[in-house]
Amino acid sequence: MAVTETEVVQGIGSDYEVKYGFHVAEDYFFKSGRGLSHELVDAISSHKDEPDWMRKFRHESLDYFYARPLPTWGGDLTGIDFDNIYYYIRPTEKQANSWEDLPADIKDTWDKLGIPEAEKKYLAGVGAQYESEVVYHKLKGELERQGVLFLDMDSGLREHEDIVREHIGTIIPQNDNKFAALNSAVWSGGSFIYVPPGVKVDLPLQAYFRINAENMGQFERTLIIVDEDAYVHYVEGCTAPIYTSDSLHSAVVEIVVKKGGRCRYTTIQNWSSNVYNLVTKRAVAHENATMEWVDGNLGSKLTMKYPAIWLMGEGAHGEVLSIAFGGAGQHQDAGGKCVHVAPNTTSVITSKSISKNGGRAGYRGLLEVAKGAHGAKSKVVCDALILDEESRSDTYPYIRIDENDVDIGHEATVSKIGEEQLFYLMSRGLSEAEASAMIVSGFVEPITKELPLEYAVELNRLIQLQMEGSVG
Amino acid sequence: MALLEIKNLHVSLEDGTEIVKGVDLSVDTDQVHAIMGPNGSGKSTLAYALMGHPAYEITEGQIFLDGTDLVELGADERAQKGLFLAFQYPYAVPGVTVAAFLRSAVNAIRKARNGGVDDPVPVKEFRLELQTAMEKLGVSRDMASRYLNEGFSGGEKKRIEILQMAMLRPRIAVLDETDSGLDIDALRVVAGGVKGLVGPETGALVITHYQRILNYITPDFVHVFVDGRIVAEGGPELAHKLEADGYEAFIPAGVTVGGEE
Repeated sequence: MAVTETEVVQGIGSDYEVKYGFHVAEDYFFKSGRGLSHELVDAISSHKDEPDWMRKFRHESLDYFYARPLPTWGGDLTGIDFDNIYYYIRPTEKQANSWEDLPADIKDTWDKLGIPEAEKKYLAGVGAQYESEVVYHKLKGELERQGVLFLDMDSGLREHEDIVREHIGTIIPQNDNKFAALNSAVWSGGSFIYVPPGVKVDLPLQAYFRINAENMGQFERTLIIVDEDAYVHYVEGCTAPIYTSDSLHSAVVEIVVKKGGRCRYTTIQNWSSNVYNLVTKRAVAHENATMEWVDGNLGSKLTMKYPAIWLMGEGAHGEVLSIAFGGAGQHQDAGGKCVHVAPNTTSVITSKSISKNGGRAGYRGLLEVAKGAHGAKSKVVCDALILDEESRSDTYPYIRIDENDVDIGHEATVSKIGEEQLFYLMSRGLSEAEASAMIVSGFVEPITKELPLEYAVELNRLIQLQMEGSVG
Repeated sequence: MALLEIKNLHVSLEDGTEIVKGVDLSVDTDQVHAIMGPNGSGKSTLAYALMGHPAYEITEGQIFLDGTDLVELGADERAQKGLFLAFQYPYAVPGVTVAAFLRSAVNAIRKARNGGVDDPVPVKEFRLELQTAMEKLGVSRDMASRYLNEGFSGGEKKRIEILQMAMLRPRIAVLDETDSGLDIDALRVVAGGVKGLVGPETGALVITHYQRILNYITPDFVHVFVDGRIVAEGGPELAHKLEADGYEAFIPAGVTVGGEE
């Protein structure tokens, strides 16, 4: 925290429009027409030269999507115009493994977002997705030699078809929910990661998702397999230009953590406030495995996302750390799910939601203990901070326990920034905005302290941005 | 003009009740002033109003610091101009460490003094300064990494207030009942902090109910504050007289004191 403070203060004055909200001209290899159809699904599959089973998987999924009604819970989804979305844009013909090989506009975008610099400084590998395709991908040679696979999902399917076929749709069935079905039909890009037994990837692998076109639909699909006693930290970030009409981002992320393995998945979601962000994320943790979701939601128009962990093996541990910041015109319906299936499994869900300027942020989560999962322990803590009278926070903590021998704790608090607390900080020379940002940074500190320094700084800087009310 | 000039200051609550009813007071550099008064006399209201608390409205009068009227300025700007208030009841800020908070505050004040341009204190310099100040005030090292005032004892809070004062180096320090609830050791630390600060650039205004702290800081001037007004003034001997005789002699007929402050 102490080290980050300067950078937080340095972030003052920057705004979303300048830093992230820009867009560049479209000069694409292929852009589909607007709207969704079986023909489109065929076109995507043909572009990718996919095996027949995947083509079939997509078509089935589209039927599921058509058949399922739009959810009426969570946020208001009625504003999504599915016919107005571009479902597939392939910006370049080939993927690059050198930033220099990218078209100038696209390279400039990544430079502005600071990805090549971050890669040099503190990352083990980077995937950069622009519209529908991962245009740049690279993993450190040392990790390649240890057998770590870090590819975009399309390459994963081409080069490791057996692994993909074995796992895809098994953690999140294609008909799990309407948006998982949509993703399964039109998915493109995302990450494919395999970490062999005993291999610890010390530096994070990062994927960055960028939308550039108006009315874009981005549907990346990620599959991570952490083998026995292995470790990986995967980080994703995302931004988009500010447009007056809406875009849609609907990802599916499936994770398997095998015996004794550990996976940490960190998201810093910073979509512009015209993006619907409807994502399904689920992990399975086997015996003594650990799965951690660190989920920061700061951007988007509406986010509905509840990263889930199924604790399937004895002694498995799950953790969800969720931050949701709802500013003007935003609704963050965030949270987490932990399902204890095996005995002596443990989980912690910590949620911090902040709402401001009429925004809405909340926690929706599920804690479930199945019969037979004796000795399960879980703690759910949801704290909400409401910054003004116009803003709103909701907490929906669902708990289902079918086992007697369990230890479950749940705490929830709602607080407001007090005039007295602000006055105290301002009497030391901090402006009202700085004082509020400091209170908010302190509020989310239990989560930021879990992040590598660079991401803690980034998150604090984004909170500062939000506090200035200049997002989207 | 003295460093701090308070002229005919009137302060009301949001409901219009007048609490401070016309105060004139000058504090110059190298001076310690004590304001002594019974509970409910409006001492804390005066302190809050000087610092710019939004719940207290200044209905009349001026507060000049170095010749600038502070009345229209926010608390942050007053602090940047060199005013400091040691709170009677400091607030907790969970998740923000004492060190991080102090660094932000020091930098905010440096920025203001540098004409609004960032002038962050070098990290090493800050650490050294903080360590030195903490040692001087008998604040244990681990306090720097604890969350500001969260779970602090009364004495710890007061020491941290004085630590903030030492780090921010104000021109005028107002101490609001900083002595209440302190043991002798802590009282010595607080008094030492004030003495260490007051000098050719700085003055202090110590607000207190008891004479006790004045055994450790000898004030140059004592002002007796009753019912929103200064009713008597004198040298340090006045404090001893108050301690011996009580406030009764200074309470005007028809005024009840001792209510909530």
